[in-house]
Amino acid sequence: MTLIGWLQIVVFFGLLLALTKPMGIFMHRVFEGEPTFLTPVMRPIEKLIYRLCGVREDDDMPWTRYTVAMLFFSIVTLLLTYAILRWQAYLPLNPMRLGSDKAPGWGTAMTPDLAFNTAASFTTNTNWQAYSGENTMSYFSQMVALASHNFFSAAAGIAIAIAFVRGLARKSATGVGNFWVDLTRATLYVLLPLCIVIALVYVQQGMPQNFHAYHTAQTVEGSAQIIPGGPVASQEAIKMLGTNGGGIFNANSSHPFENPTPLTNFIQMLTIFLIGGGIVYTFGIAVGNVRQGWAIFAAMSALFLLGVAVCYWQEAKGNPIINAVATGGNMEGKEARFGIASSTLFATITTDASCGAVNSMHDSYTPLGGLVPMANILTGEVIFGGVGAGLYGMLMYAILAVFIAGLMVGRTPEYLGKKVEAFEVKMAMLACLILVADVLGFTALSCVTHVPHPATYWNTVSGTPPSVNALASANTNNSGPHGFSEILYTFDSATGNNGSAFAGISVNTPYWNLTIGIAMLIGRFLMIIPLLAIAGSMAKKKRVPVSSGTFPTDNALFAGLLVGVVIIVGALSYFPAVALGPVVEHFLMLGGKTF
Amino acid sequence: MATTLTNKPSAAPSAPTPPKVHGPRPLFDPPIVRRAVRDAFFKLNPLVMAKNPVMFVVWVGSAVTTIIFAQDIVKHAGGWETAFSGQIALWLWFTVLFAGFAEAIAEGRGKAQADELRKTRSTTMARRIVKNGKEEAVAAAMLRKGDICVCEVGDIIPGDGTVIEGIASVDESAITGESAPVIREAGGDRSAVTGGTKVISDMIKIEITSNPGETFIDRMIGLVEGAARQKTPNEIALNILIAGLTIIFMLATITLLPFAIYSVQQAGSGAPPSIPILVSLLVCLIPTTIGGLLSAIGIAGMDRVMQYNVLAMSGKAVEAAGDVDVLLLDKTGTITLGNRQATEFIPLPGVGIADLADAAQLSSIADETPEGRSIVVLAKDKYGLRGRHFNDGEVEFIPFTAQTRMSGADIGHSRIRKGAVQAVADYLTQSGSTVPKELFEIADGISNQGGTPLAVAVDGKALGVIFLKDIIKGGMRERFAHMRAMGIKTVMITGDNPLTAAAIAQEAGVDDYLAQAKPEDKMALIKKEQAQGRLVAMTGDGTNDAPALAQADVGVAMNSGTQAAKEAGNMVDLDSNPTKLIEIVEIGKQLLMTRGALTTFSIANDVAKYFAIIPAMFSMLYIMSGHAHGPLWALNVMKLHSPYSAVLAAVIFNALVIIALIPVALKGVAYRPMGAAQVLRRNLMVWGVGGILAPFPFIWLLDQIVVLLHCAPAH
Repeated sequence: MTLIGWLQIVVFFGLLLALTKPMGIFMHRVFEGEPTFLTPVMRPIEKLIYRLCGVREDDDMPWTRYTVAMLFFSIVTLLLTYAILRWQAYLPLNPMRLGSDKAPGWGTAMTPDLAFNTAASFTTNTNWQAYSGENTMSYFSQMVALASHNFFSAAAGIAIAIAFVRGLARKSATGVGNFWVDLTRATLYVLLPLCIVIALVYVQQGMPQNFHAYHTAQTVEGSAQIIPGGPVASQEAIKMLGTNGGGIFNANSSHPFENPTPLTNFIQMLTIFLIGGGIVYTFGIAVGNVRQGWAIFAAMSALFLLGVAVCYWQEAKGNPIINAVATGGNMEGKEARFGIASSTLFATITTDASCGAVNSMHDSYTPLGGLVPMANILTGEVIFGGVGAGLYGMLMYAILAVFIAGLMVGRTPEYLGKKVEAFEVKMAMLACLILVADVLGFTALSCVTHVPHPATYWNTVSGTPPSVNALASANTNNSGPHGFSEILYTFDSATGNNGSAFAGISVNTPYWNLTIGIAMLIGRFLMIIPLLAIAGSMAKKKRVPVSSGTFPTDNALFAGLLVGVVIIVGALSYFPAVALGPVVEHFLMLGGKTF
Repeated sequence: MATTLTNKPSAAPSAPTPPKVHGPRPLFDPPIVRRAVRDAFFKLNPLVMAKNPVMFVVWVGSAVTTIIFAQDIVKHAGGWETAFSGQIALWLWFTVLFAGFAEAIAEGRGKAQADELRKTRSTTMARRIVKNGKEEAVAAAMLRKGDICVCEVGDIIPGDGTVIEGIASVDESAITGESAPVIREAGGDRSAVTGGTKVISDMIKIEITSNPGETFIDRMIGLVEGAARQKTPNEIALNILIAGLTIIFMLATITLLPFAIYSVQQAGSGAPPSIPILVSLLVCLIPTTIGGLLSAIGIAGMDRVMQYNVLAMSGKAVEAAGDVDVLLLDKTGTITLGNRQATEFIPLPGVGIADLADAAQLSSIADETPEGRSIVVLAKDKYGLRGRHFNDGEVEFIPFTAQTRMSGADIGHSRIRKGAVQAVADYLTQSGSTVPKELFEIADGISNQGGTPLAVAVDGKALGVIFLKDIIKGGMRERFAHMRAMGIKTVMITGDNPLTAAAIAQEAGVDDYLAQAKPEDKMALIKKEQAQGRLVAMTGDGTNDAPALAQADVGVAMNSGTQAAKEAGNMVDLDSNPTKLIEIVEIGKQLLMTRGALTTFSIANDVAKYFAIIPAMFSMLYIMSGHAHGPLWALNVMKLHSPYSAVLAAVIFNALVIIALIPVALKGVAYRPMGAAQVLRRNLMVWGVGGILAPFPFIWLLDQIVVLLHCAPAH
C-alpha cells in the first residue's frame, strides 16, 4: 500500500462528500416539481411528453398502481429490447452486419436465450453481459436497445426510491407519487443533462464517438488487429451515472477506448456514487431532518471505507506464493495504467453500487480481496448502491434494524415517526428471503445440476458439446473453491442486479443464460414489490411526534447499528457459502495451493 | 341531649405507598415448577408445537435425528457417529422441552391464582327477590341479568351487580387481596359490587348485571390462566421476523448440501455433512432462544401487571402501555391526596388571628368533609382550640348547599359563615355590610399559589381567609421526571381554575394541565392527542369517565368505580390506586425491551455458533497431506477438541441458554427510566455485543466438559 494509493481513496471520498449535498438538494427540487435552473429548457419537453402519453401530472398513485405502472413499463421495454436484439440484422447502423449471415467469422450469434438474458439484464439495471459487445451488438442495438435501458432502468430505480421516501415522509396519505412523472423527471432533469456534460468531457479525453465500421490495422509485429469504433463516450456517461455497467466492449472500463485516462477513470468512479450519495441527502430533506439522511450516509460510508481498505490491503499484500519470486502485490488482471489502489477502489465502488463496470478482473483478485466485491453485492448493494436501489435497500435494513433493536427502548418500534408493525416486517423479511433464496438457490442448482438432454443444445461451450448429461458447473474455468466462488458470484451479481462478473464461467449457453436471466428478474422485481408495499403502508400511517422516548435514528449510534445489522444479516445468511469459496481458498493459498 | 364534638384526626398527609406487589410468590415455586415440568411434556404434542414455527422446526429436527439414531442402532452401526447422533437427538428434544417448560412456568403462576379464584365461585346461594317482594333461595349460578338479590352480613355476594338500595361494607379480599373492607352504596360511583366478595355489615339490595360465565371472576380466571390470551400486535410482528429468519437459515442450511457435494467432488477429500450435523447447524442458527421464550415473555408481562393487582383485559393493553406518549392524570387522588387541607388562617387587617381561628373552627365543627375536618385540626394544632360543649338548642348548624355555597353555624346570636370568597362577599353585601377589598387581595394571593381560599365571616363582618391547600403526594415530582426522561408527557386534569391548576402543576412537576375540565374536555384532549399520533393513557372511576376510558389507548378503571367505567377501560386496578398507571407503563416498556433484548441476543449468538460448526462440518475438506485437518479448521478459533465435540457443545449451549434466560423472560430485563438513546446504548452493549461475545467462552467450556465426560472424541 502506498501513500499515493490512500490519497486517491481519500480524495475520491472527499469529493463525493462535497457533491452529496448539492446533488441532494437539486434532486429534491426536481421531484417536488420545484423550479431549477433546468426548468426553462426541460419543462416544455416534460409537458409535451405528458400530453403525448396522456399522463396527468397531479394523479397521485397508491403503491399498487405505482407498482403496476413500473411493471408494465419494464415488461414492455423488455419485450422491445428482445425484439430489437433478435432483429438487429435488419435494422440500421450495423456496419459489420452483426447478427446476419454476412457477419464476420468472429461475430457471435444473437440466440433467443442470449437475447432474453440481455433484455432481462438491461431492463433490471444489471447489465450482465453474456456476450462481447464488439462482436455481438450493432450500434443500433447498443444505442436503442441497451443505452435507452441504461436511462430507463436507472430512472425507474430513482423513481422507486423517491416513492419509498415519500411513503416515509407523508402521513395519512394514500398515494406515493406518480410513476410516469417520476420516471420522466429523473430522465430529463437528472440523467440526461449530466450525461451530456460528462460525454463531452469523455470525448475531449479521447473516447471514440462514431458509427464507423471496424478498422483492421497492421501491428508492428505484423499481425492484423481489428479496431472497433462506436458511440462510446455517450454510452460510457450513462453506464456509470445510471450504475448500469454494461460496456460497449468486452473488456469494459479496462479497455483504453472505454477508459482512456486516469481522469476518465476518476470521473467514472465518482459518477457511480454521485446519484446514490445525493439521493440519501434528498431523503433527509424529504423527511424533514437532514440528519436522518446523514446517518444513512455515514453507515454507507463506513461500509464503503471498510471494504476498500480490506480490498486494497489484500491486493497490495498479494499472494505469498508469488511474493516469494516477485514484489508489488497482486497485479494479475489489473491494468498497469491504474495500479492496485485505483483498481481496488473501482472494484469496491462498482460492487457497492449495483454498477458492475470493471477496470480489472475480479476473478484474479486474491481470495479475500475478491471476497470484498462479492460481499458488497451479497449484502444487497446498499452502500450507496444502484441509483435509487441502494437507498431503498438500505432503508429496508433500517426498518429491520429499528424493529429488532428498537424494541429495546421499550416502545413499539418506529422509524421516522411511523410505527413498524407486522405488515412492514412481513414485507421486509419477504424481500430478504427472496434475495437469499435467489442467490443460494441458483448457486446450489448450478453446483449439482446435470444439463438435461440434449446437452448439445443446453450447454454447448464454444462449439464443443459437453459429454451427455454433464454438470452445468463444468463450464467453470477454474476448479476447487475458486470455481465455486465463480458460480456464487454469478448469481450474487445477477440477484443484486450488479452485472459485474467474476468471469471464469462460459455463460453464453442456454442453461446459464436462462437461469441468470430469471435470477436477475427475481432479484429486481420481486424485491421491489414488497418494498413498494412497505412504502404504501407507511404512507397511510400517522406520524408519531418525536420525544425523548423515541428511538433516535439520526445519530452515530444508529449509523453504527445499521452497519452492524447489514454485516451480521449478510454474514449469517452467506457465511457457509463464503466459507466454501473465498475463505477456504484463502487458507489454501496460505498453505501454498492456488486454483 | 348534649352534643360532644371532638376533633377527629384527619388522615395525615403521607407519601403514597408504593403499590404493593401481590402475593410475593417466588419465581420458581416448587409446586409451580413441578406442574411446569409435567406441562412441558404435554407441549411436545406436534399440534401444539405447530403454533410456534421456530420450535416446530426444532421438533422436526429432533424427530429426524432420532430416526437416524434408531436406524444406526438397528444396523449396529456403533462408533462415534452413532453416539453423536444419539446425543444430538437428546439435546434437540431438550431444546424443545426447555421452551415448553419456559412457557409452562410463565403460565404456572396464573394457573395457581385461577385455582384460588375458582374456590370462591363454587357454591354460593343467593336470596333472589321475586315479583311479590318475597325472597327465594337460588343457586348463584342460576342468576340472570336483571335479577334482584338481597345480601346481609355474612353473605357472599352471588354475582356482579349494582347496589340499588342500602349501604354496606364489603370485604373484597377474595379479588384484591386487600383485607380492609370497602363501602358500597346505592347511587354514585361506589355502587358496583363483585360476585364472590362478602358483605360484612348492614344489608344491600343489588341488581345483577352479568350472566353466569361472564362475571368478573370468570373473566379474571380466564385472563390469569392465559386461556383468553391472544397474541399481541407486536408479538405477531416479532413472530413474523423470527419465522422469516428461520426460513432464511433453512435455505442457508439446505443449500449447503449441494455446495458441499460440489466442494467435496472438487477437493477429492472430506465428505458432505451428515444429516444430524446439518440439523444441528439449522437449530443453532434459527432463533430458538427468542422463539422458545417469546410467549413466556408475554404471559409473564401480564402476570407482572397482575402482581401489581391490576387486571389487564388483554396483552394488547399491556403492550400499548409501553407505547404511551401522554398520561392523563386526575389531580385529585392521583397527584394530590384526595382532599385539600387547611394550612393557614389569614386574618384581615385589624382582626386577631385567634378570633379568625375560633370562628373558622366553630363554622366547621359540624362539617364532616375532609376540608372541614382539616380546619378543625389546624385550629387545634396551631391555636390549641379543643372540642367544645354546647347545650341543646344553643347551636344550629347550617349545612352547605349549592345555592348558598356556604356553611356555618348559628350559636346563640352569632352567625358564623364560611364559604367561597365570592359567596361570602355576596352574603355580606346582601346583609348590608361592606366587603373589605383586602379580602379579595388575600384570596387572589392564595389562588396564585395553587390554594383555595375560604372566606370566614361572623355577624356580617368578614374576619379573614382560610388557606386550603392541595397536598401533593410525596415522590410525585421524581416520578414525573422519570416519565419525562422516558419521553412521556404528563397532563394533570382538574376542575380547578387555571391559576390554581398552573400553580399545582408547577409544584407537582407535570408537563401540562387541563383546568376547569369537564368530562367532554377530557375526551376532546384524548382525541386531539391521538390525532397527532400519540397514545394516551388515563385512569377513571366515574360513569362519566367511561367514554374517555374507552377512547384512551390504555384506560385503567378503578375497581371501586362504576360498572360502566370498569367495562369501558381495558384494565381494572383492583386496589383503586390511580398512581399505578405509572407502574403499568413501566411494565409495558419492560415487556417490549425484554423481547427486543432476547431477539438481539438470539441473533447475535449465531456468530459464535458458526465458528463452532462450520469448521467442524468441513474439517477434512481440501485436506493437504501431512495435516490432521483441512484448511477450514483454522476457523476453529475456540480451539474446540474435535468436530463432534464442537457441534455437540454448540447444540448444548443452544439448549441451555433457553433455561438460563427463563428468569430474564419472566422478570423482564433490568429497567431504569431514562431516555431512549441511553437505554438503547446500554441494551445494545449488554444484549448485542454481549450476545456476540458470551457464547465463545461457554461453548469452549461445554466442549471441555463433553470431552472430559467422554461424550465426544478428543481429536
